[in-house]
Order: sequence, then C-alpha cells, then structure tokens
Amino acid sequence: MSGPDARECESSGPIAPPDSHSFPVLCLLERDGDGVADGSLRALVLARSIAGALGSGRVMAVVFGPLPAGPDVSGAVVAEVAVGGVTDLCVVSAEGLSGYAPLAWARVLEQLLVARQAPAVLAAATDRGNEVMAHLGALTGLPVAANCVSAAATGDGTWQLVRQRWAGSLLEEAVLEAPCALLTVAADAALDDAAPREATRPEAVPGDEAVPGSRPPAARPGVIAASGLPVVTFTPALDAADLRVRATESSEQGGGMSLATARVVIGGGRGVGGPEGFAVLEELAGLLGGVVGVSRVVTSQGWRPHRQQVGQTGTKISPELYLACGISGAIQHMAGCQSARHIVVVNTDPDAPIMSRADYAVIGDLNEVIPALVAAIREAGGQG
Amino acid sequence: MDVLVCVKRVPMVGGRVVLTADGQEVDTRMSGFTVSPHEECAVEEAVQITQRSGGTVTVLTLGPPEAAEQLRDMLALGAHRGILLETDGREWGPVATAAAIAAAVGELGPGAFPLILAGNEAADTGGYQVGIRVAHALGRSCVTGIKRLEVAGDVVRAWREYAGAQEEFEVALPAVVGVKEGINLPRYPSLPGRLRAKRAEITVLRPAWQADGLRKVALRVPAGSAQRARVLGHGTDAVPELMRVLGEIGVLA
Ligand SMILES: Cc1cc2nc3c(=O)[nH]c(=O)nc-3n(C[C@H](O)[C@H](O)[C@H](O)COP(=O)(O)OP(=O)(O)OC[C@H]3O[C@@H](n4cnc5c(N)ncnc54)[C@H](O)[C@@H]3O)c2cc1C
Ligand SMILES: Nc1ncnc2c1ncn2[C@@H]1O[C@H](COP(=O)(O)O)[C@@H](O)[C@H]1O
Repeated sequence: MSGPDARECESSGPIAPPDSHSFPVLCLLERDGDGVADGSLRALVLARSIAGALGSGRVMAVVFGPLPAGPDVSGAVVAEVAVGGVTDLCVVSAEGLSGYAPLAWARVLEQLLVARQAPAVLAAATDRGNEVMAHLGALTGLPVAANCVSAAATGDGTWQLVRQRWAGSLLEEAVLEAPCALLTVAADAALDDAAPREATRPEAVPGDEAVPGSRPPAARPGVIAASGLPVVTFTPALDAADLRVRATESSEQGGGMSLATARVVIGGGRGVGGPEGFAVLEELAGLLGGVVGVSRVVTSQGWRPHRQQVGQTGTKISPELYLACGISGAIQHMAGCQSARHIVVVNTDPDAPIMSRADYAVIGDLNEVIPALVAAIREAGGQG
Repeated sequence: MDVLVCVKRVPMVGGRVVLTADGQEVDTRMSGFTVSPHEECAVEEAVQITQRSGGTVTVLTLGPPEAAEQLRDMLALGAHRGILLETDGREWGPVATAAAIAAAVGELGPGAFPLILAGNEAADTGGYQVGIRVAHALGRSCVTGIKRLEVAGDVVRAWREYAGAQEEFEVALPAVVGVKEGINLPRYPSLPGRLRAKRAEITVLRPAWQADGLRKVALRVPAGSAQRARVLGHGTDAVPELMRVLGEIGVLA
C-alpha cells in the first residue's frame, strides 16, 4: 500500500515526538483563508469524540500547503485546531503538491493511516472531503461512509453510524465493519457536543501576536507551536501518476452576492408561472438586500439558470429569511433550506407540503401578494 | 468516442418520505421511480459529446429488473444502448456496486468506453464514491463535482466550483468523470426518442451480490422537522401582517 520511503520529519530530543503507538484519529482539514473551514472544525468535533471513546484521545489534524516559504503554518490554523482537541498537527508538503490534487491527498492520508495505524480517518463532507475519502477507500479497499452525523466504535471491530441519505431528508442507522473507519462528516449535522465555532476560538493565543505585516510564527518539523501544539511536517512519497489530476487554474467567478451565504433569499417555484414573473421577486430581493433562489422546476424549464437552484442537487442556503413563493416543498428542495432561520411561504394551496416546514404562511396568489408587499416596503421606506 | 453513463434507479419522493413498516425502505407504493438529476445531466452531456464528434452512448444501471425502465428513459434522451446489471432487489453497497460495474466494463476489453460518466452522488444513498472506485478498479484517472466538460483529443478538461471560484482539471483518457446538475440543460424526450427507446435492446448481466463493509440497519425520518406554519392571512389582506413579521425577523431596513 504505502510507499516504503515515506519520510516523516520529526525531531527527537527535548521535544517528544508523537508516540507512534498512540493510534491517532486522523482528520483532514480544509483551510478557509487563514483559518480552518467550518466543515473541518465540525469533523474535528466527531474526531475528538471518537478518539476520546477509544481512550487514546489523540487527534492528528492533517493540513495541506501551499505554505509560504517552507513549512510554515498559519497561526490561525494552529490556534483553531489547538482548541478543537487536536493533539498533533501534521503539515503536508511535497514537490508538486502546491494545489488540490485528489489522488495525491488520498495517498498522503493512506501513508499516514498505515504509519500511525489510525483507527479512523475523518474529513468534512465537502466536494473535496468526499472525493479524497472515496479515493482513500479505493486505495485501501476500505468502505467509506459519507455524510455521517454520528459514529461510535462498538469494541468488536465494528462501528455504529448514523448518516444522511437524500441530502439529510432521511437518516440511516448503519454498521461499518472495517479495521479503520473512513468517514465524512455532514455539514449541517447537529453533532452532540458540537460547540459553535466562536465559542471554541480562543481570545488570543499566547505568543501569537505577530508583528504587524510579518508572517505568523513558523512551525518547523517537530516544533511545538506557540499554542503548545506539536507540529510535524510530513513529506509523502508521491509519484507522477498521483499528481496527474490536480486543480491547475482557479479563476474568480462573476461577482454578486452568493446564494449560499445570502442573508435573505426570495424563492420562486413553478407557481411564478414563467420567466417574466421573476422580475418582481428580483425587485423584492433587491429591497431586502437578498438574492433570488429557485426550485428545480424553474431551472429545468429554463426560466432561470441552475446556479440559482436551491436544494439537494443545487445550493444549500442558510439565510435569516427564506421567503418561498409558489414552491410546494418537495423534500429535495427542503434539503437545501433546512438551515434557514425563518421560512415564510406564499402559496395558493393551504395544504402544500411546505406548510409543515414553514414558520409563517400567506395563502394567496404570489402575483398579487408580492407586488403588494413591494409597494408596502417602498411606502414604509418613503420611496413610494 | 463511445461513452458509458452510470445511472441509478431511485424512488421519486415528493413532499414527504414514507417508510415501510419495517423501516428498511422508502415506501414506493404511491411513487414512481427516477434517476438523480446529476445522472440525467451526465446522459445529456454524453449525448452532446457524441453528437459533436461521433460515437455511441451506453447507459448502465445496477438494479432490479424494473430498473430497465430508467434505462429506457435515458435511451429516450438519445442514448443508444443499455446494460442492466440485474439484482434480486437487495440493496448493494458502493464497494460491490463499483466492483460489478468495473467488471462489466473490463469484460469488454481495455479500449471500451474511453469516457465513463457518473453522477456526483446517488440521489438516495449519497455515497459519493462509486465512480471513483470504478476508476481505480480500471486503472483510470478520475475527477468529480464537474459542472463543465470539454473533450479535446485524448484529454478532457473539466471545471468545478470551489469557494466561489472555478477550478480546472485536465484528465487524460481513459477517464471517469462525476458530474453535477447544471453542467447542461437536459432535453425533454422526443416522441421518436421514446419509440426508439421502446425497441432498443438491453443487455442483461447478473452479477452475484456481495456484502459491503457498510451495512444499513434501519432508516428513519429526522425528528422535529414537522410543524405547522402560522397563517398570516389570505391574499393582499395579509400584507400588513407580513410586513410586521418581516420587521420582527429584522430584514426590513
Ligand atoms: C434526486 C432529486 C433531486 C432533486 N433536487 C432538487 C433540488 O435541488 N431543488 C429543487 O427545488 N427540486 C429538486 N428536485 C425536484 C423536486 O422533487 C420537485 O419536483 C420540485 O422541487 C418542485 O418544484 P416546485 O415546488 O416549484 O413545483 P411544484 O411542486 O409544481 O409546486 C408548485 C407550487 O406552487 C403553488 N402555486 C401555483 N400557482 C401559484 C400562485 N399563483 N401563487 C402562489 N402559489 C402558487 C402550488 O400550490 C404548488 O404548491 C429533485 C428531485 C429529485 C428526484
Ligand atoms: N446501482 C447503480 N447503478 C449504476 N450506477 C450507479 C449505481 N450506484 C451508483 N452509481 C453511479 O455512481 C454515482 C455515485 O454514486 P454513489 O457513490 O452511490 O453516491 C451515481 O451518481 C451513479 O452515476
């Protein structure tokens, strides 16, 4: 399986190297700017609970470069994982591994899994996390459970899992039989002890006050980071074939507010009646500082582009307000908006399924209600 | 180029999921069946590729005898041939599914289907892995999450979204690509397409069921999702009340 010449650069001496017999749970971290992506912090929560239950308590976070000028690791990453229950931070760096390369990332995890005899490897159930873990499953011949919301070792070599089906509309209780559990952790799963990100972030990490304009403190092989976290640099053995598929270019997409992060989403479904009907929804979205989101009927009719689709095969949204107009509330649509804080619907049918998933409803024709609402908002704002 | 597209028969669940009494399956007595929109788009993409540069589209599914319906639906969209890996109706895990698909393709020789398309994930079980496992079993390169695809000679260029930007991959053929809805707008089946689909021959193979390391114990509908919306009123009469609620939520400037 793993390359025999995989090297781990660890210093011995005064700083104790991570105990190779401690069987750490591995957790792939994706980065978000300077810090760690939310989904990965969520995966860490499950990793920590698994490691705790197994008795080792060891969680090794694995983070990939590119790292500026040598094996440095951003102070924010160190700070976040230190409070996330991570006991070892592994920074992966290798020639040719500057961007995302799914197979190469999986090779790295495979080599770490073998070298550390990890009982479990976790990642966030993101595009990258799911893809890398599937490669890891194929490389090792191990099963992979995607979109888990809980996982516990039973002690007899099996795992009890709860995972999402139908993008979270259904839960599956499952048994995983594997010497090492490969799991991805659902983004919108309510984990038992999932502490919100803010609560786990330290006020300040001692010794981490970088001089303005300077880089965060460097973490060298075997160095204890400012937060007291042991950091190792791992140089995997990769061949050209592992690196053949990689993200070669990234171009920014057209600007505008993103559907995934908008604070207000005005939804339109089949009830809008046609492409012209969206003008007033756009107007309302503009007034409320939001964007328009649509159902699949709308995109498959070609009324609006797919990037506006909310749902299982579209975008997942988590706005303060989702105002769903002329949308029936199919489970595949609701899977995309279950994180909305408030759902208000406008629908002619008082028995539409969406009524049982919403907070407030106006029973009526959206082509009358929405223009009247726009007029009322303009009037209230003095723009009558 | 001959393209293979893998599709999976899944229940067409609408407003509410209902489970069978034993909690093992989605109750499909009142629903039809379909395939994931990702997979429908994969078929459309394959049809467009072969319309531009020749070749055939074969659709493959592993499922019960009735899954032939989904193959015919895809044939009506312009696919040419169908392969049914027929099962006895038991659920197959992703490892066994991928092994059976790879074996069926491998049987046809190393030159078969330079391009295999799959959905990014199956609509029901959402395992996110069958395409990637097929690629490994056949010794091919693979990329998933793709929303734009170009075949250029013996490579495919593929794009996907990451953190609001476009990532580009170049993958040498033969390859497996997992696609997402949005890569194209699938056509509606034409009448001639439907007629052709009815007559088209479907090759049936019967792979042996294998246990998977991941086994379903039971299904359940997440708790706490059902409530009843408070009706604010009817028609435009409800607008003042709606304004009040929007103000309360804090979205009125
Ligand atoms: C695997 C799979 C994945 C899917 N993924 C998605 C997805 O990502 N996103 C998605 O949205 N769907 C998805 N779907 C499709 C989904 O099942 C539904 O078909 C779709 O969401 C229905 O869209 P709709 O609510 O606009 O249309 P309909 O179900 O037709 O509902 C229209 C609603 O509008 C109301 N209405 C009609 N006229 C008016 C009016 N004048 N004023 C007010 N109300 C009116 C009606 O009462 C009705 O409730 C998926 C399906 C499958 C099988
Ligand atoms: N039973 C099946 N028959 C044919 N293709 C399948 C089957 N299961 C999965 N696939 C393909 O693999 C993709 C990913 O599936 P999964 O890994 O199960 O989420 C799907 O979108 C299909 O293209």
